[in-house]
Amino acid sequence: MRVGLFVPCYVDQFYPSAAIATMELLEKNGVEVVYPMKQSCCGQPMANSGYENYSGATSDLFLKNFGDFEYIVAPSGSCTLHVKEHVLPKGAFRPQIFELCEFLTDVLKVTTINASFPYKVGVHSSCHGLRGLGLAKPSEIIAADFDKPKSLLEKVEGINIVQLARKDECCGFGGTFAIFEEAVSVAMGKDRIGDHERQGVEVITSADMSCLMHMEGLLRRNNSTIKVKHIAEILNGNPL
Amino acid sequence: MKTHTSHAEAAEEFVKDEERTHWHDETLWHVREKRDVAAHKLPEWEQLRTNASLIKDYVLSHLDGLLIDFEKNAQANGVEVLWAKDAKEHNEHVLSILQKHQIKNIVKSKSILTEECGLNHYLEEKGYDVVDTDLGERIIQFVKQVPSHIVLPAIHLKKEEIGEIFHEHIGTDQGASDPKYLTESARLHLREKFVQANAAITGVNFGIAETGGFVVCTNEGNADMGTHLADVHIACMGIEKLIPRAADLGVFLRLLARSATGQSITTYSSHFSRPMDGKKMYIILVDNKRTEQLGREDFRNSLKCIRCGACMNTCPIYRRSGGYSYNSTVPGPIGSILSPGLDLNKHSSLPFASTLCGSCTDVCPVKINIHEQLYKWRQVVAKEGPSDPVKKWAMKLAGATLSKPGLYDFFGSMARKALKLTPDSLVYSSLNAWGKQRDLPEVPSESFKEWYKKNRKSHEQ
Amino acid sequence: MSSKQEILDAIGRNKPSATALPNLLSFPSSEDLVAKYTQSITLNGGTAMEVDSLDDIQVYIQENFLEGLQIVSMIDEIAGNVEISSVTDPHELEAVELAVVSGEVGSAENAAIWVSDKNLPHRVLPFITQHLIIILEKANLVANMHEAYQKIDLRDTGYGVFIAGPSKTADIEQSLVIGAHGARSLTVFLI
Repeated sequence: MRVGLFVPCYVDQFYPSAAIATMELLEKNGVEVVYPMKQSCCGQPMANSGYENYSGATSDLFLKNFGDFEYIVAPSGSCTLHVKEHVLPKGAFRPQIFELCEFLTDVLKVTTINASFPYKVGVHSSCHGLRGLGLAKPSEIIAADFDKPKSLLEKVEGINIVQLARKDECCGFGGTFAIFEEAVSVAMGKDRIGDHERQGVEVITSADMSCLMHMEGLLRRNNSTIKVKHIAEILNGNPL
Repeated sequence: MKTHTSHAEAAEEFVKDEERTHWHDETLWHVREKRDVAAHKLPEWEQLRTNASLIKDYVLSHLDGLLIDFEKNAQANGVEVLWAKDAKEHNEHVLSILQKHQIKNIVKSKSILTEECGLNHYLEEKGYDVVDTDLGERIIQFVKQVPSHIVLPAIHLKKEEIGEIFHEHIGTDQGASDPKYLTESARLHLREKFVQANAAITGVNFGIAETGGFVVCTNEGNADMGTHLADVHIACMGIEKLIPRAADLGVFLRLLARSATGQSITTYSSHFSRPMDGKKMYIILVDNKRTEQLGREDFRNSLKCIRCGACMNTCPIYRRSGGYSYNSTVPGPIGSILSPGLDLNKHSSLPFASTLCGSCTDVCPVKINIHEQLYKWRQVVAKEGPSDPVKKWAMKLAGATLSKPGLYDFFGSMARKALKLTPDSLVYSSLNAWGKQRDLPEVPSESFKEWYKKNRKSHEQ
Repeated sequence: MSSKQEILDAIGRNKPSATALPNLLSFPSSEDLVAKYTQSITLNGGTAMEVDSLDDIQVYIQENFLEGLQIVSMIDEIAGNVEISSVTDPHELEAVELAVVSGEVGSAENAAIWVSDKNLPHRVLPFITQHLIIILEKANLVANMHEAYQKIDLRDTGYGVFIAGPSKTADIEQSLVIGAHGARSLTVFLI
């Protein structure tokens, strides 16, 4: 199986280890990972700011890089959703884009994860992955429970996943929201962190580095010992 | 030129009082939790939502025919039906009814539509005293405020503050804040008003096209205490509030209170068809730009709203900024997709008062795609709203840079180098907003692309 | 052009293409309706009691309501002390302490009982009274609101109300207070 790896722009620039772990994890599961060198950004920052019309060129570049793949995998629920809804041509059978966790559970159907992570972990359920891609059952919906990222983490040796008071409340990043509504964004991030803190969490993980970047910014500014780690790194067996 | 306070500016003020923000957030989160408990008791919950959504889709696509049926049936019941194309006409209709019947004392039960039309203010200018009888609304009426939440109008006030308000206006003991004592005092005070009232104004939760009747839901019983004692009942109704069949109430009454407050149903669901002998009943059908919204393909679904407020309770931004930050009669997520249709300039910041988390869409009993409409309104604001040249330029630049791999790589690496050297001296003031309360990410020694080039180049396309 | 015509024309121009009206839903239940009803009304702050005869209710009233207070009974077998047929102005009911009325249909899922002007000489009676008793035949209990609406015809009445408990409010800091503007208590006798 051959996939194109899409690495979100901020992961490429600031959190390359999450992308490396993604690549390694896929390869460990027998996937040939191709990384088109001329890729850049999915265009979400412009589109979510109201400037969809300025994201045409980034969409074209994306399709140029990834148009020939059957599968595209990205370590980000948010970017994956944006590509799915606003970049890939409607009704086209291919390419299909998957966020990493759903690719592992739904396409590769992995049953074992060879990793050990003996820490108290809080799982942050990123909104776009949750409600946009259906990575888990949202707490508002009345239906059978499921959680793809969590089900993968549960296979990690020694991990202790805590139960949060607010299972899937938004962290307050929201892209440009973090800048233009800074006050509420920070209030939301602090509250999310507080929830993890009260459960004694040592590491906050998520399928979206953007949420973690926002929470990490607050954690470090407030000299917290809590670390953030992208789910790919935990599943890949990277040490803390 | 932007002259209105944006949501961001108002929210920043609200959030300054951290303790109060936590209190407001926890109080409303609790209401969301109650909703969850109630919804979980019905395994058919999602089916009900789908059904309600389809019924409302039908209503919107048959609205003219249904309104004609509704009017015909209401008239056959002895009810007089009036049509108002805008808020002004609505208010004028109410005034002329009051004048015709020489009304002296008016009581009003909760109607967000009358808030939208500014009815109280209009009538007060004409010399009338309108008594709001919903407890929350009476509280804020005393302090000349507007509701901050469409179901829980006084949710922003603490009981000590309400105690002070009642002490000043209805003579409760100074310093008293026990909700039971305050409610009992309000009961006695408002009972006098019910008994004296000649006219009762109500809203309409649901108008039933096939019977010409309508339903008003309350927990307090204030709509009934008002209407059954007064000589004249004026029911104010947005044209979109119709449902086709009486049996459809089965679905809507099962969804409404559970979504709003987590109750299985409000204490009273009052079904009005015919006026009592010797009394008069009026229905005023109001457009006020609803037909305009109906014509907007991307936004017409917002007219399905049954005003439950669930979206407000679940919205992490609403809970932490309060209804007043939206500066709109209907605040919160639903307000943010309705109000830009009323005044794009005034409400241009509302579609951005959101992280597009999607929780609102999930709790909406009629499945309005609120977060998708917020995204679409952003595109409209960027094109037709007040101009924001700095933002526009930044986005255009971003679009151009990010679409050229060479430029993207170059600026990416420059940004990292700059951050490494001088994290505090950032060019764009917007980046300073990040750094106010958060650290910027630690800069890695190389980007993924650089690592890949060094370590794995054989796969280069 | 009248506002009515303007509005209808605007709708005609702007409305989306027609969609179908979905069928009515039904959710039959094999639950013990009396037990479920009792559970629901308790959650709503009311009380339900099963009785074998109307005499039991008469006794209950005598034991719980002082003789001097005004009692209006819409049920022949239960004695009130206000001659309701001579009341012409509903304002005269302002001092009523207890009203005893008949319910027509009761929904177990939420304790809502349909009371209509077929059984109310004055619509304000169940609201203006300080305390309310509703008598409902067990045979008229249904599982949910879908079934309740099958059993009532809104065209039969000029006014009807589903009453699901005592009046209440949580408008003061979300603190639930029983007894707002309507009756302070609701006691349902299932017979």
